[in-house]
Amino acid sequence: MQPHQTLPRANLAGWLYVSPLVLVLVPFFVAPILVVLAASFFATDGFGGLTPGFTLASYVEVLHSALTLKLYLATIKFTVLTWVFTLIIGFFVAYFLVFHVRNQLLAIGLFLLCTVPFWTSNIIRMISWIPLLGKEGLINQALLATGVIRQPLEVLLFSDLAVVIAYVHQLTIFMIVPIFNSMARIDKKLIEAAIDAGASRFDIMRLIVVPMSKSGIALGTIFVVSIVMGDFFVVKVMSGGGSASVVSAFYEDVGVLQYPTAAASAVLLTLVLVAIVSLILRTVDIRQEITR
Amino acid sequence: MSAVVADMPKSDMSKPVAPATTKAIAPSKGGRPWTFYVLSALFSLYVIALYGPMFCIYILSFQDIRGGLVFPMKGHSLHWFVDLFTQVRTGDVKGSFDRSIKLAVIVTLITVVVSFLAGLGFRKRFRGDTFVFYMMIGSLVAPGLVLGLGTGLLFQALGLNASWYTSALGAQLSWTLPFGVLVMFAVMSRFDLVWEEAAYDLGASRWQSIRLVMIPVLAPGLVAVALFGFTLSYDEFARSLQTAGSLNTLPLEIWSMTLNVTSPSLYALGTVTTIVSFIVIGASLGSIVLIQKKRGSSAKG
Repeated sequence: MQPHQTLPRANLAGWLYVSPLVLVLVPFFVAPILVVLAASFFATDGFGGLTPGFTLASYVEVLHSALTLKLYLATIKFTVLTWVFTLIIGFFVAYFLVFHVRNQLLAIGLFLLCTVPFWTSNIIRMISWIPLLGKEGLINQALLATGVIRQPLEVLLFSDLAVVIAYVHQLTIFMIVPIFNSMARIDKKLIEAAIDAGASRFDIMRLIVVPMSKSGIALGTIFVVSIVMGDFFVVKVMSGGGSASVVSAFYEDVGVLQYPTAAASAVLLTLVLVAIVSLILRTVDIRQEITR
Repeated sequence: MSAVVADMPKSDMSKPVAPATTKAIAPSKGGRPWTFYVLSALFSLYVIALYGPMFCIYILSFQDIRGGLVFPMKGHSLHWFVDLFTQVRTGDVKGSFDRSIKLAVIVTLITVVVSFLAGLGFRKRFRGDTFVFYMMIGSLVAPGLVLGLGTGLLFQALGLNASWYTSALGAQLSWTLPFGVLVMFAVMSRFDLVWEEAAYDLGASRWQSIRLVMIPVLAPGLVAVALFGFTLSYDEFARSLQTAGSLNTLPLEIWSMTLNVTSPSLYALGTVTTIVSFIVIGASLGSIVLIQKKRGSSAKG
């Protein structure tokens, strides 16, 4: 750990420190991915037994199925809607906390208020919408009582709307935290200089705050997109079985022991995810962003 | 989030702000811009939407035997809590609760130690560090269910039995460790290398500098890592589904209840598990504040 270390020693020390991490990630991340990749080329007897071999049958089946396109469209729809809402809410909540709350302790307190639910169960937070959105739920009761509607609204629960509500409820925090971190780093002198140069508050937002929050937005986007695209239980429960996503179809395949088809669809999904994430990573050096 | 929690007194926002700036964007005196009121309203609505539904189910879990899944409340009792732990039809709640706590404690210990070491390692560049970094990011963003299936199949292929303390433990670590290391990055970025070098100059060994300088200085950050380790493991679902073997963890139990049980005992379980989460969150944040306070007073005295 001396400042003037020779390179090989630094390499050795670095690897020693990260070796426990690598020892966990290799068997529980790299190996499972490789197993899924291998399984996607295997044949099956239809009862969960896998025959080692090399066949592209599963990929042909997945790619030829009209269902696949439908599943991807549904997944992309949920992803885009969730992304838009979490971004708008997350950006303005972070902006409010950083630029509008005068007392620093209060700002931290309010920030913690937003993060506490993140540390509680997602499933419980999801089902907690049932007493509100259900056919006899609070929202329908209120609307009926005020005479806005005569029949209870059925689209509130067990619908695509409910799925998006549950996603936004769970995932906005993943936007707030990185955007908050980027905004808190903006040097206040920069804004002062902009005001002296005659910038309006809208100009400051457009030319300083938004560009300088870009890395936070990128990080938040990676979290939101990868979680929504990898999710199956929100779709399954909140749509009442009416909608499906790529991973919920994967879950059904696994349930009926169709491992190769499930694996092929998982490999495709992973490729799509990798493409999206690396596209986002081109706009921001995530490592430098996180470690600085 | 941890960076803020762990380093309250030294947060970026604590820098003195020039008067002209504060006037335009967050006036420290005088009138507020109209956007303040709009955004406060948005923030309040967000917090209400965040907590409102959760409180609905806590309240509804205290109904009596006539209780249903929606308002209005039907009586007040602890019937559904008793039901939860005595009825067989709701499954083995007690056992899964027990397993989840044990598993979360093991995951927390491993996460803190491994993340701390990795945080030390990543402070300097070394050959292959980018590879390890992206492997970690990959583990974070990979669909949990797919990883879980891969782990399950791997255990099957190796002839090992999947169980909560082997395969599910590993699957959960693939989720908590990347979070833990990311939190360590935020914590380490505020650690001044000079302190460590001072320790070496005074003749400390590497182990002494870690034990006597780094761990005490980084203690609040390590508590934050522990908080992530515990809560992420305790609530983990997708990765455990195919790896927990025959005995369920608590989130798996909740999952099967959401599919079968249509009584408030589901809400009662939600209340119980959230109380545990709140205790853990409160204890962690409390101890971080306590450490900071102790430091503040000893620095003054």
